Amino acid sequence: MTNHENFKTLDERKESIICNSKFENRNIKCDTNSVSGAVSQRACVYCGARVVLNPITDAYHIVHGPIGCASYTWDIRGSLSSGEEVYRNSFSTDLREQDIIFGGEKKLSNAIDEIVNRYNPKLIFVYATCVVGVIGDDIEAVCKRAQEKYGIEIIPVQSSGFAGNKKSGYKAGCNAILNLISRYPKHKKEFGINYLGDFNLAGEIWIIKNYLKKIGVPIITKLTGDSSFEEITKATKASLNIVQCAGSMVYLAKQLEKKYGIPYIKVSFVGIEDTINSLRNIAKQLGNKEVIDNVEKFISVQKKKFEKELSYYKKRLYGKSAAIYVGGGFKAISLIKQFKELGMKTVMVGTQTGSQDEYDLIKSLTDEGTVILDDANPTELEMFIKEKGADVLVGGVKERPLAYKLGIAFFDHNHERKHPLSGFEGAINFAKELDITVNSPVWEYVKKEGEKDVKKKFYKFEYESV
Amino acid sequence: MLELTPKEISKRKALTINPAKTCQPIGAMYAALGIHKCLPHSHGSQGCCSYHRMHLTRHYRDPIMASTSSFTEGAAVFGGKPNLQTAIKNVFNIYKPDVIAINTTCLSETIGDDIPSIIQSTDIPEGKYVIHANTPSYVGSHITGFSNMVKAMVSYFSEKEENVLTKKVNIIPGFVEPSDMREIKRIAKIMGLDIIMFPDTSGVLDTPNTGKFIMYPDGGTTVEELKATGMSRATIALGKFASEQAAYELEKKCNVTPYVLKSPVGIKATDELIMKMASLTGKEIPYELEEERGQLVDLMIDIHQHYSGKKVAIFGDPDITISMTEFAISLGMKPIYVITGTPGKDFDDIVTKMLEDAGIEGKVKSAGDLFELHQWIKNEPVDLLIGNTYGKYISKAENIPLVRVGFPILDRVGHTYLPTVGYKGAIRIIEKISSALLDKFDRECADEDFELVM
Repeated sequence: MTNHENFKTLDERKESIICNSKFENRNIKCDTNSVSGAVSQRACVYCGARVVLNPITDAYHIVHGPIGCASYTWDIRGSLSSGEEVYRNSFSTDLREQDIIFGGEKKLSNAIDEIVNRYNPKLIFVYATCVVGVIGDDIEAVCKRAQEKYGIEIIPVQSSGFAGNKKSGYKAGCNAILNLISRYPKHKKEFGINYLGDFNLAGEIWIIKNYLKKIGVPIITKLTGDSSFEEITKATKASLNIVQCAGSMVYLAKQLEKKYGIPYIKVSFVGIEDTINSLRNIAKQLGNKEVIDNVEKFISVQKKKFEKELSYYKKRLYGKSAAIYVGGGFKAISLIKQFKELGMKTVMVGTQTGSQDEYDLIKSLTDEGTVILDDANPTELEMFIKEKGADVLVGGVKERPLAYKLGIAFFDHNHERKHPLSGFEGAINFAKELDITVNSPVWEYVKKEGEKDVKKKFYKFEYESV
Repeated sequence: MLELTPKEISKRKALTINPAKTCQPIGAMYAALGIHKCLPHSHGSQGCCSYHRMHLTRHYRDPIMASTSSFTEGAAVFGGKPNLQTAIKNVFNIYKPDVIAINTTCLSETIGDDIPSIIQSTDIPEGKYVIHANTPSYVGSHITGFSNMVKAMVSYFSEKEENVLTKKVNIIPGFVEPSDMREIKRIAKIMGLDIIMFPDTSGVLDTPNTGKFIMYPDGGTTVEELKATGMSRATIALGKFASEQAAYELEKKCNVTPYVLKSPVGIKATDELIMKMASLTGKEIPYELEEERGQLVDLMIDIHQHYSGKKVAIFGDPDITISMTEFAISLGMKPIYVITGTPGKDFDDIVTKMLEDAGIEGKVKSAGDLFELHQWIKNEPVDLLIGNTYGKYISKAENIPLVRVGFPILDRVGHTYLPTVGYKGAIRIIEKISSALLDKFDRECADEDFELVM
């Protein structure tokens, strides 16, 4: 924070902000709880668990708690399905005062009955919310009893909101998946991979699935985008796990390695450079000569196909600067690389849940002067966006209006994105959407700070036309 | 996705599917944003605050600021007092609001944090205020939360000085859009009624783009105004569910006469508001409003064939749904299904009476959900849906046009700028209803039925 003495920030926050400089040897403070009273952009354990599990398309997701937790997560994630659509409905026990007093176990048990009697579910997840953790409902026991009664999989998810942060929620979600997998015998290994940490936002998994098909690598289980109960129970067949969203799913990959001997690699299909590296790495790990050849052929075809289109956007975006504020560190890293590919510079990078090694990598990838911050609040974001003169902010729902109010472009890299951003096609979409927002004529009408009167231009126009 | 909804209705007592409500704290947060220079504070886990801000951001498309106590396991076991004390200190120190409005959550309510005593034991800077509302998520709905926070404004601020009675009238607008609050103020101004509106999110959540991020925009009811509500000569509470509690509290505390009216959506409810205002000013209703009303009536007559006899399902928050049902009846439509997610027998009674008086056989339900509404529609379809964005699933599955009114609207714009209350708002609703029905007809009719003039 050495350069920003004028900026008043909470003392507790100072260690969570660094400026990339050769003179700065301090590590960023991260992976801690938010300060009480901060306007934090972070979410809770339950939110993390929902992110991980909700995309499982044929599962019945029962949110055990008062209605809010179910309402706010009803079909907001943008994970697409090629089959079942059950997961897009909202199921809740809608706990009321008397349930809080007398306990909610009976209601939960009835809710499960009502689902089973009405439909033919194979898999039900039961999410614990804050209040359930406090009143002491034993959701494990309720799930176990119902499971014995009906002979279907009913899996408790320990996601009480206060029991950690969003990251702990990812872990709770991964534990639920492990729980499910462990209920089936270990399969014989096959040639094929599991794809972890892609939630099929805007259909991204389908792009990658298609690539893998072209290089001759079958996907056994997708976790969890466009996935299903059957698919998940086959996960132990895989000979390799590849992990896209490391923040949410590396834990699962590690557990699968430990328990079932499936090795894993981290991949990223965000941006052309990362996509190419990831495909090569997958081929290398599988050690299959044919796949290695296929990858090279595939890459050269794709590169040719997309390079021309990308160069159009590169010209339009060259020299612009970007500010990043996203959930995980891994995504931020991919974005920095992608901006580099487009000839843009990254002037601010923040994440909600980045880890120390991710921040180290961010520091090594960015230029001198780039501000790096963990668990930022809107005031800090505003301050650095202005100071660094960013042309575009990459973020999620809550950051969008902030960017717009400041009169700068915004790019949604969260679950509200409408176009897939993975692979070569995704890189084009990324550039195209950036172009749309950065070079939109609407910004001409915004008064920029320091500009005395935006109306001047229009008065001038009026005079001329008179 | 809605293939999941079976036609046969079986009784459910434990499971809610596709809710038509959400929880108290978000309503409290919205109400608190209607106080000038107020930062809402969520006393609970981080997720609550994050979800509420996200949801409000999607609806209002403006930055939503609120802080959180950031509960961890320690707080859940030992209580949230230290979190709240630190939060108050930090918030005044860095975000500098005039008022912190604390809402509780299911978590802090269940562990039993005593908010008033925590506030009392915390140093609050001179000239600053901390208020609170108990908003357990397991009671009522977001509307209850709104109501509780508005009531808290009265409990904390409203003052009565001996023998002081101002000419002012308080108006509690209910859980409506900033555009609606603006419209109600405009109407009051035309009527020559000097009002204090609280809460008032106009100028807070419908701010113009200035190239600057302003944490506390100019809008919102000021603390001085809130204090002065105790010396007003009357309170008009718009909407029983969202507003009457605060009005009654004002009566109890400061002896201000309460008048509880419907949310002024549609011609009848607007008439009632304007008549009440006229009785308080003792003056004639200005021509400007006569003209607006006349235009509305003219439009209702011009195209009454378009919607007459059409069956409609209306869902959403109780106050707006009640008024919307009344308006639909005025237009000659048949609201055969009317539901709200908010619990409250009053809703069933009021709407059932409306339908009975109009000779319409319909189903009415409070504490209902959209799954059940969908089932009803599968059994007997309607021509039109009126409600919030969540109706779009039913709309798509059954090919029924949806007119978006209420909260939340997550997929369309305009609601924050264009009102649905008052005569102007009624004209806007008619335009929407008419366009929705005719657009569908034009799109789907046989070529020989396709007409230029309609």
